[in-house]
This record gives sequence, C-alpha cells and structure tokens, in this order.
Amino acid sequence: MLRYALRRAVWLVPTLLIVTFLVYVALRLGTDPVASYRRTNIRVSKKKLDQYIATNGLYTGAFGYIRGYFAWLWGFITLDWPRSIKGSRDVWPHLKDALANSLRLGLIATVTGIIIGNLLGIAAALRPGRLRDTVVNSGALVGLAVPPFVSALLLQLLFAVYWQKWFGYALFPVSGVYPAGHQGFNLFLMLKHMALPVVVVSIQSIAVYSRYMRASLLDVLNSEYMRTARSKGISERRVLVHHALRNALIPVTTLAFLDVGSVVGGLIITEGLFEYPGMGRFFLVAYGNGDFPELMPWMVIIIGSVVVFNLLADIAYARLDPRIRLA
Amino acid sequence: MEPVLSIRDLRVSFKTPAGIVQAVRGVNLDVAPGEVVGVVGESGSGKSVSFLSIMGLLPPSATVTGSATVVGTQMVGVSAQQVRSQRGKKIAMIFQDPLSALNPVHRIGAQIVEMIQAHQDMSKADAHARAVELLDIVGLPQPDVRANQYPHEFSGGMRQRVMIAMAIANDPDVLIADEPTTALDVTVQAQILEVIENVRQRLNTAVVFITHDLGVVARVADRVEVMYAGNTVERGLVNDMFATPHHPYTQGLLASLPSHNKERLKPILGSPPNMISPPSGCAFRPRCAHATDACASAPSDLVQVGSTQTACIRAVELAGGAK
Amino acid sequence: MPDVDPSLTDASVGLSSESLSPGRLAYRRFLTHRAAVLSVFVLALLILWVVLSPVTARYGVNEQVFDISKGPNQNLPPSRIAWFGTDIIGRDVYSRVLYGVRVSLIIGVFSAVFSLAIGAAVGAIAGLKGGKFDDIIMRVTDIFLAFPFLVALLVIRNMFGSISWITFFTGEVSSVRFMVFLFAIFGWMGVARVLRAQVLSLKEREFIEAARALGASDTRIILRHLLPNSIGPMLVSLSLGVVGAIVSEATLSLFGYGPDPGSGATSLGLLVAGSKSAVRAGYWWLALYPFAALLLITLCVSFIGDGLRDAFDPKHGGGR
Repeated sequence: MLRYALRRAVWLVPTLLIVTFLVYVALRLGTDPVASYRRTNIRVSKKKLDQYIATNGLYTGAFGYIRGYFAWLWGFITLDWPRSIKGSRDVWPHLKDALANSLRLGLIATVTGIIIGNLLGIAAALRPGRLRDTVVNSGALVGLAVPPFVSALLLQLLFAVYWQKWFGYALFPVSGVYPAGHQGFNLFLMLKHMALPVVVVSIQSIAVYSRYMRASLLDVLNSEYMRTARSKGISERRVLVHHALRNALIPVTTLAFLDVGSVVGGLIITEGLFEYPGMGRFFLVAYGNGDFPELMPWMVIIIGSVVVFNLLADIAYARLDPRIRLA
Repeated sequence: MEPVLSIRDLRVSFKTPAGIVQAVRGVNLDVAPGEVVGVVGESGSGKSVSFLSIMGLLPPSATVTGSATVVGTQMVGVSAQQVRSQRGKKIAMIFQDPLSALNPVHRIGAQIVEMIQAHQDMSKADAHARAVELLDIVGLPQPDVRANQYPHEFSGGMRQRVMIAMAIANDPDVLIADEPTTALDVTVQAQILEVIENVRQRLNTAVVFITHDLGVVARVADRVEVMYAGNTVERGLVNDMFATPHHPYTQGLLASLPSHNKERLKPILGSPPNMISPPSGCAFRPRCAHATDACASAPSDLVQVGSTQTACIRAVELAGGAK
Repeated sequence: MPDVDPSLTDASVGLSSESLSPGRLAYRRFLTHRAAVLSVFVLALLILWVVLSPVTARYGVNEQVFDISKGPNQNLPPSRIAWFGTDIIGRDVYSRVLYGVRVSLIIGVFSAVFSLAIGAAVGAIAGLKGGKFDDIIMRVTDIFLAFPFLVALLVIRNMFGSISWITFFTGEVSSVRFMVFLFAIFGWMGVARVLRAQVLSLKEREFIEAARALGASDTRIILRHLLPNSIGPMLVSLSLGVVGAIVSEATLSLFGYGPDPGSGATSLGLLVAGSKSAVRAGYWWLALYPFAALLLITLCVSFIGDGLRDAFDPKHGGGR
C-alpha cells in the first residue's frame, strides 16, 4: 500500500513542473505581460523594465521561454514574487484572502452536495423504477442541465431584486462577503452573503452525486455477491451497509476527492455573478488586466490542488478496492 | 427418521411485463439427513428457483406458495425474519460462479467470520480461528495465510472451496449446491465434488445437488429428481434411474449423452415450453415421441413404475412394450 | 430413421418476430422514454422555427420596431407589435431571440460535430493501439480536463487568439468561427476519453479477434467494427457537446468574452448577458425570453442525451 502510494507520488513533481511550464507559455502568449506592463506604466525606465522582465522570467526567443520559466520558478520558490502589474501591489495577501473565501464557499457547498446527493442517490437506487427514483433521477438531470449561471441569475432576481420590490428589503444579498465598507469578522453576515452562492453551487453538486451514487449502487445491487450475502442470514441492514454501500462508495469516494481538488477553481462563474471575492473573481480581474504576476501564483495553487487531490483520489481508490493494488 | 428438508406443493410464479411466469408448479420432495439428492433439468425447469424460493432469495416480483420445512421450521409464507434466522444456519447454499459470488472488497477470513457471527455467539478471534479451521477442512493449503487474502487472489477452484467452507461454517443440516461445478474446469470439478463428499461425510450434511450435468449426478448422488417445466417428472435411486428410466424426458437426457459407441448425437428435439402459458397436462407433450391425446390432461403426480417413480402416464405401457 | 425434423428443432427460435438490428432495438427502447421523445418533438419544432426564419421572424435582427419619431420604441413591454417586447434600442426581442437561437445552435452543433470527429478518431486509435500514443493522450487529456473549465477556456482562447496563423484560418477571437474552433479544441478531449473506454471494452471481444484473424487492418477494424458498435456513446457525446458549447458560449458572453458576430447580430449568450442590468430596472422580458430559449434547448438536448444513453446501454435499469 505504501509502495503504491510512493510510486504514484513520485510523479507529482514532474507533473507540476510540466504543467506549470505549459501554463507559463500559454499565459505569456495570451496576455503579453511585457506589453501589459508597458501599458500600465507608460513612462517606465529601461532599467525598471529589465528588472521586471528578469523577475518574471519574460525572456524572448525560443530558449528564452525555457530560461524564463526557470527564472520565474526560482523567484516563485524563493518567495521572491514580483508585484502585480496593476496597482503594483503584493500578490500574496490578496491571493490568500481570495483562497480563504473560496475554500469556505466551495467546501460548504461540496460537503452539502456530497451528503444530500448521496442520500438521494441511495434512496433512489433502493427502489428502482418507483416514484422516488424517477423524481430523483429527473431532478438531477434538470439540475445538471440548468447552467449554473442561470440558477445564479434566477436566484439573484428572485431573492434580491424582486423580494426587495415586494417586501421592501433584500432577504439575501447578491454580492460580496460583507456589505460594502464593513470591517472585521461577523459570522452571521458572512453566512447571509454566502447563502445564495452556496445554493447555486450545491444544486450542481447534489445533482452530480445523486446520479453517481444511484448508478453505482444499482450496479452493486445487481451483483452476484449480494445474493451470497443474503444467503448468510445476516440482517438486511448489514447487507446494505457492509456489502452494498461498501462497494458502491468506491467510485463515489474517488469522485469526491477529485471534486475537492478542483473546488477552488470551479467557482468562477458563481463568484463572478455574485461578485464574491474568491479565487474565481481574482482570476477574472487579473485576467481582464492581463496581470501575469498575479495569474501565475494563482495557477500554481489551482494546479497544485488538482494534482495533489488526483493523487489522493488514486490512493483512496487503491485503499478501498483491493483489486487495484496488485495491478 | 425425520427428513431435514420437506417440500410440499411448492409453487413459484413471477410477475413479468409479458405475463405471469409459472416457474415452479407443484414440487414435492423429502430429503433425509445425510443423503445426496441430485436435481437435474434444463435451464428453465425451475430447479434453481425452487430452492432459491425456500431460502427466501427471490426478488419481490415472485409469489411463493406451498410448504417447505427445514428441520421442522417452515420457510414459506412466514416472516422474512424467520427465514433469515434459518438461512446460513440450518440450510446453506453455494452458487455457480464463485468469483462474482464473493464480495471483492472484503477478506476471505472476514467473510467467513461474518457467516459464523451471524448465528453463533463467538468472539472475533475465536470465529477467525474457526474460519481458518474450515478452510483447512475444505483442503485449502496454508489456510491461515489465505484467510487474510481477497477473492481475486484465488483461482476458481479455490474460490469454490471457500464458498463451501463458508456454507458449512454453522454446520447446516442441508446444503444446497446450485451448479457449483458448471463454471469450473473438468479436473477442478472432480476436486470440488470430492470436497463436497468429504464435508458430507464429516458433518452428515444432506446435499441437494442442482445440475444439468448427468455425469456429475452419476458420481455424487444417492437419489435423482428429474425436473421439467416446473414439475418433477421422475425420481429414483441413481443406479435405477440410469439403468431403467421410465419417463421419455429422462430417456431422452440419457440418450443424448455422448458415448464412444454411438455414431451420432441424439438431441431431444424441440425447446422448453413457454412458462407463461405452459402446455396443459404433461408439459413434455410437444417434444415427446410417445405423446397421445390423453397426455393433454395427464396429472403431474408421480407413480411407481418399476424401480422409479414417474409422471408419465404411458410409462407402464411403454416399458412393457418394445424399448 | 429420418433426419432431424425441422419443425421440432430450435431453428424456430428468433424467427417468429421481425429481425431487429441493434439500432432498431435501441430506437424502440428510446421510444419508451417519454421525456426524451417529447424533447425530440420540441427541439424539432424549434429548429423548424429557426430554419424558417425569413418567414417566422417579424423584423430584422437590427431593425427598429418602428420609427422613433412616432413615439418611443425603447424597452416596451410585450405587445401586439413586439411579442416579446423591445430592447433598449427599440429592436424586437422576439426576432432577436430567433436569430440568437440560430447563432447559438450553429455554434453548438458545429463544435459538437467537430469535437466528435476529432475525438472519436483520436480515442479509437488510442484505445486500439495502446502503447505510448495512448499514454500521452491520456496524460494530456487528464491534465486539461483537470483545469477549471472556464480558466482553461479563457487561457486557450487568448493563447490561440494571439497566434496569427491560427486566426488567419478561424477568424478573429470574437468571431463565430473562432468560437466553434475553440469549443472543438476543447470538446474533443472528453469525447476521446469516452471513445477510448468504449474501444477498450470492445477490443477484447471475439468479433474483433475474428476480424484480425481475417487480416483486417487497424483502419478497417476501427471504421467497420469499432465505430459502428460505438454509436451509443458517440450520440451521447454529441448531445453533451451541443449543450456544453451553447452553455459555454453563454458563459463567455456573460463575462464579455463572447462572440461578436457583427452588424447587430446576436447569440443567446449575448442576449442573456445584455439583459443583466436591464432586469434590475424591471424590464423582465429582456431576460425571460432568451433565458427560456436557452433553458429549453439545454433541457431538451439533455433529456435526449439521457434517453440515448439508456437506449443503447439499458444496463442501468430502474427508473428514468
């Protein structure tokens, strides 16, 4: 088991390096950091420009990209990060806040989705073909088919705009983490502001997990070993939990790990529409400004999260399904 | 002696979109302690369904009527709780495909322990020791090592041994073996049959051997029940059955066995009947070379003809004449 | 002793009913999905409505409802003149939705078809050949699909958009052609994975072995044996691709990165995006109709996709 994990972990660093390199190339081509810098700082001195190019690793030419990548990488690892193009500010403090906000939003929604989605999926699979199965299945299908921005806009309309019109106040606010100008930490306000975004993200999450669990459990329930388990004379409860669920949870658990890994980056649409200051919003703003120094660290966090959780998903899968380990 | 398994007028039907399928249409059987009964028939004859119904392992779309008692405890028409209490304790079952019949994510030892702890009051450690013992009884080498392994680490024959070990864990009075060797190689088949025989002798367990393979029946069974279209059509001691079968279906089965002194294989013509609307009277009628009009209203009771009991109303007549 | 009497053999098995190809069987199974069948009708009507746009549209896409000198024509609620109301410049929302649906459908269908063509080819080859090629493809698609969708989309968009020889063929970043290209570049990876999985499961079947024994080349095996047996997953991928492309287009438009078909033409995404602020002011019709059209298309295609999946692979039994 440990050997398996180590074998997979060895690939971690090379994968990260290759992917960040590709992203580096793509961003350089797409956002043209030198031009952006020039545009924001019109009368920049050559010395400053050179310094900027050096810290960001923006050398030109074929090998320039490779040299440049390692220059950037060195700066990144030694925590000598260049400042942003727009506003020339330190990247990490804002990135950190954005990360915290996204984690809050994403994890609450994902956990909600996992719990409710799985319960619904189990309920549906236990009575296939009956009413509750049809309801869960169709509901999930609709939930998946409705694009998140639609539900986001609808909820915004309903709760913020129209509620305001009908009842004279906004039940759930539609933007930000706190009302404008608020300082300090206030749990109630924070939750109020997160309510709508969480619902929007949860809808998709619940839909996905309910379908997944339903399919997985149905597969398991139709397996031969269920009959063997029953023939032992153990309680039906034990049959369902110890035999059926134990097997059905394998693919679902893998999915959950992958889901968590991509949670920080997957909220862009929702955060954009609700003006929620998370990682998604951070990206949209930085991207709109073509802000290379802000985009690269952002990418590293996202990529790192995805790669690490992919690895964890693989290990979890091997832990849960003994057939994989010897393959 | 009291039979360990006593079935009376067992009927099983299934609700399907195409209609109601009458899978079992009145089966009677008594199994004495320690005897081996071979139940023979084609697919669709109702041989597996009969015993699955006694164990309560059929899907909810099945309707079961009649009576089946296991060491005196009724299994039909009683609460699920009652059926479950006997399952795995007094009556156990082993199935055809041991790979898919074992849960792939639990160790073998744990699966046997589960069987033990469901019906006996034993600590985990004791149950585990007993499990290793059982694996030894069925002839698994290095049972202590094997107990900690997973099903996919075993070969087909070994897995079937595990299934047998699991089934006998609580010393059942009846063991139902549903085509246990069908999925195995011929050489392994012989080994498994030996294991079952050993187990039977050691624990004096009655065995109901369900199969379509007459060769297997010849080897292991004391008695034979031949089933066709949901009924028993003939029964008798194994030697008598093979020597002088009296039902045309049994005769057909024996005649279709390949043997070195036959020139062409002689299959039984036709195919099994549609069980939604089976033929009236004797269900074998459409395929029987000796069928007469009277067969359309023939009862399904078994009558002693010579050394076997058969449902064929013309058996005496045909036996007396040229054969 | 006569030979076997044909009337008593098993030969009659299967002859009593009409011969049903797997395709026809799937067709029949599909017909039992009420939601999917209904969706087919609705979608067909929608497409008909769009195709007949010279007849069904009431105004041009950029045409004012009437001359402004006769009275204000901006932001009028639905009325006889403009069934869905007018927008901020006085254009008929109904006609604009019609043209928008057309553009969105074009983007959706074309990118899905291209994704399918590329993805099926790559996936089938990777699955059949295995080896290094397969490994590389799997890694690459793994990495790509692991990225947050919108991020990857935007980054790729800009990256390709600034490479001149690409834009030479596909048009500028804001053109419809580029959009189709972008989604196709994205979409093929998901399709490739699905097809690869399908090929892997078919590869071991005996009819492939038999074909090889007869000397069939890889190409022939793919074209004649593997792909025809993968119609199910391919159709499902196609429907998912259409939905994905339309939703992606709307998402991009929402953030200002959508297409700009020029001369006032529009897409559903653009209509939805443009209505955001107007709704706050109470002009609900500007949002409702484009939204409804968008939802209608995505729901219909989703249900059809679901129906197709169950029709070709009925193993996932139970309810619908």
